[in-house]
Amino acid sequence: MSVPQYRKVAALALVAGLGLSLTACSTKSDDDGSDAAGKVTITVDCQPVAAQKELLDNWNADVAEFQKQNPDIVIKSISVGQQCNNPPDFTARLAGGTTTDVFYGYMTDLQQVLDSGQAMDITPYVSKDTVSTWDSVDPALKEVFTDGGKLYGVPVKNYSMGLVYNKTLFQKAGLDVNNPPKTWPEVREAAKKIAATDKSVAGYAEYSAGNTGGWHFTSLIYSQGGRILSEDGKKAAFNSPEGKQVLQNLKDMRYGDDSMGSRQLLQWGDLLTNAAAGKVGMFIGAPDTTQAIVSQFKGKFEDWAVAPLPGQTDLGKGTLGGGEGYFFKKDLTKEQVEAGLKWIAYQKLTPGKGQFDYVRAKPQNYPVGLPQPLLFAPGTEAQKQELDLRKANANVPVENFALFENKQLPIVGEPRDAQAIYAILDSAMSGVLTDPNANIDTLLKTAEEKVDQLLAAGS
Amino acid sequence: MTAPAPVKAEAGVSPKSRRKIRDNLTGHAFLIGAVLCFALFMWYPMIRGLVMSFQRTRRGVTTWVGWDNYLRIIDDPSFWIAWKNTFYFTGLALIVGFAVPFFVAIVLNEFRHAKGYLRVLVYLPVMLPPASALFLFKYYAYDPSEAGLFNAVLTWLHLPTSEWMQSPTMTMPAMVIASTWMNMGGAVLIYLASLQNISGDLYEAAELDGAGVWKRIWHVTIPQTRLILALLAMMQIVATMQLFIEPLILANGAGTQDSATSVAYLIYQHGFFQNDLNGAAALGVIMLVVLAAFSAVYLRLSTKD
Repeated sequence: MSVPQYRKVAALALVAGLGLSLTACSTKSDDDGSDAAGKVTITVDCQPVAAQKELLDNWNADVAEFQKQNPDIVIKSISVGQQCNNPPDFTARLAGGTTTDVFYGYMTDLQQVLDSGQAMDITPYVSKDTVSTWDSVDPALKEVFTDGGKLYGVPVKNYSMGLVYNKTLFQKAGLDVNNPPKTWPEVREAAKKIAATDKSVAGYAEYSAGNTGGWHFTSLIYSQGGRILSEDGKKAAFNSPEGKQVLQNLKDMRYGDDSMGSRQLLQWGDLLTNAAAGKVGMFIGAPDTTQAIVSQFKGKFEDWAVAPLPGQTDLGKGTLGGGEGYFFKKDLTKEQVEAGLKWIAYQKLTPGKGQFDYVRAKPQNYPVGLPQPLLFAPGTEAQKQELDLRKANANVPVENFALFENKQLPIVGEPRDAQAIYAILDSAMSGVLTDPNANIDTLLKTAEEKVDQLLAAGS
Repeated sequence: MTAPAPVKAEAGVSPKSRRKIRDNLTGHAFLIGAVLCFALFMWYPMIRGLVMSFQRTRRGVTTWVGWDNYLRIIDDPSFWIAWKNTFYFTGLALIVGFAVPFFVAIVLNEFRHAKGYLRVLVYLPVMLPPASALFLFKYYAYDPSEAGLFNAVLTWLHLPTSEWMQSPTMTMPAMVIASTWMNMGGAVLIYLASLQNISGDLYEAAELDGAGVWKRIWHVTIPQTRLILALLAMMQIVATMQLFIEPLILANGAGTQDSATSVAYLIYQHGFFQNDLNGAAALGVIMLVVLAAFSAVYLRLSTKD
């Protein structure tokens, strides 16, 4: 081929190729999820990643078994990372309309999901005919996914926070593992003792980046009896004596006692990695953080125990509760919604199956016997079945969670626009943890201004 | 340069113009690809961003809100902090990130031996993916304890240590150090090329006139590379003002008390953390206007010679 001809062919091939790929990009799927054989296909996200081998195997086994029982349904699993909902990725998927048909979200995400216009009202589809345990699901959890009387999501996990502490480090510091701190001044004392045993250990560790700082600030202020927002949800309410006390406690531990370690600006994985390495004496978290410490960050279950969240003068006045659920993408067909509900019912809401298949989980490096989730309302048949199975198959030292389980603090939900507010409050948390001269009043005032502005813009 | 021949308007398609079209078909075909790529991935998003900056989406419904997003974003307490931080970073990066590569290029230019190796060594950090390089800085160099690389060196030299990214005053300089280390390779090569274009006669003449090293740099090197220096300065201003990955990785975002918040990071924060894509678009437009001004200077300089 002569050079000009060759160039021409190359150019035309390039244009044709580009044209084809653009057509492929722009082709909007008008797939209604059913094929010629009458099978209904749904895409579902939050499939565990390859690094979570046992969880991934369990998921795949659940999909295979579910499809065997429901030959007319095809589940296409999508993995969206270990955290399932990393806020920026989640926002991008929502904005781009690229979520799966049935998609995972935090309880705090409802407003954002509704704003994006991506969610479907599933009220007409959810009943005990489609989800057999639906009547047993805790009504408070259903409420979180309800807006204006319409249901937009199905809860699949819930948690509340306590004081997570390392028993081995407690013993090393001469502290009583059966009598962990009940108040923040006691936490401060214990943190000092733990940090004194080893310079590289943080007696108490705290988040201050990636929205997690604001998330923990919320739990800490609840423990003091304070709130993030006013009753009507229109104004910030954390610039209060309780909010100041939260930051003062942290500042005292960080700079007064030097008991929080030198590395700050921690986000989710940072703190848990340090904890798994035996470098953290105490932090606040839900019981399932011990699961992350063990299965993702290679720590040991025996080391960890959980107590109720401390308060300033007695146990905490409240604790933060949250959780996860699945939303349904708008424009799904009736068959797809029903298939999605059937899948969630099977994998997430049936005692003995999926996430509650404790017989399968028992020999795995996956905890059975943690006090949460508590998806089913007390006194219901589903709750009884789930708790019995949990007890019979426990593979973690359940006594380590007894203090937490036996003393339930009032659970306070997350504020509206939670993730946006958490991003703002990160700054106040990082302020007291990285600047010995930080002015608590200024930090809270700045955050208050920002949150008020955010709320005004959103309303 | 010769002027293009004037094209005569002809009624109908003459065999001549048909041939002309055929001859240029290849060029047009190649052009279509580039134009489509630009249109899809550059111009369309820009126009969409501009439109979005005047809209607000709530409950899946988009409405026109005029300048509301702009007013809201300017009202954000972080807005001016972000601009201050960005200009501070740009200024520091200009002083450090501009002078250091120029100096390194001059030194490299003086070497008679091992020139190639040294050039590779200087360019090596550019080949490292920026995220990896920044994680190295974050976990090894900027560790605030005494175990951190920089703190260990400072301790060894009996100098006071720093908390680096955790110190509001050190955040920016620390980001400039990392950024300069990562990016200076490219600038050094450009300076070297331009230094090598300077005629040796000029240095010889200067030497005969009794000029020392500094005088030779001041009176020969700098005037001879003035245009390249100005161009790179402008390019650097435009690039450094888009500061994003450094705060994201080194400071986990905003850093301590907003000390690392840059304009680009604030856009990201509004768009992806605060459920405010419209506000983010407005800030993006504001940033575009500022950068366009600097780019105009750059264009003027680059077409000067």
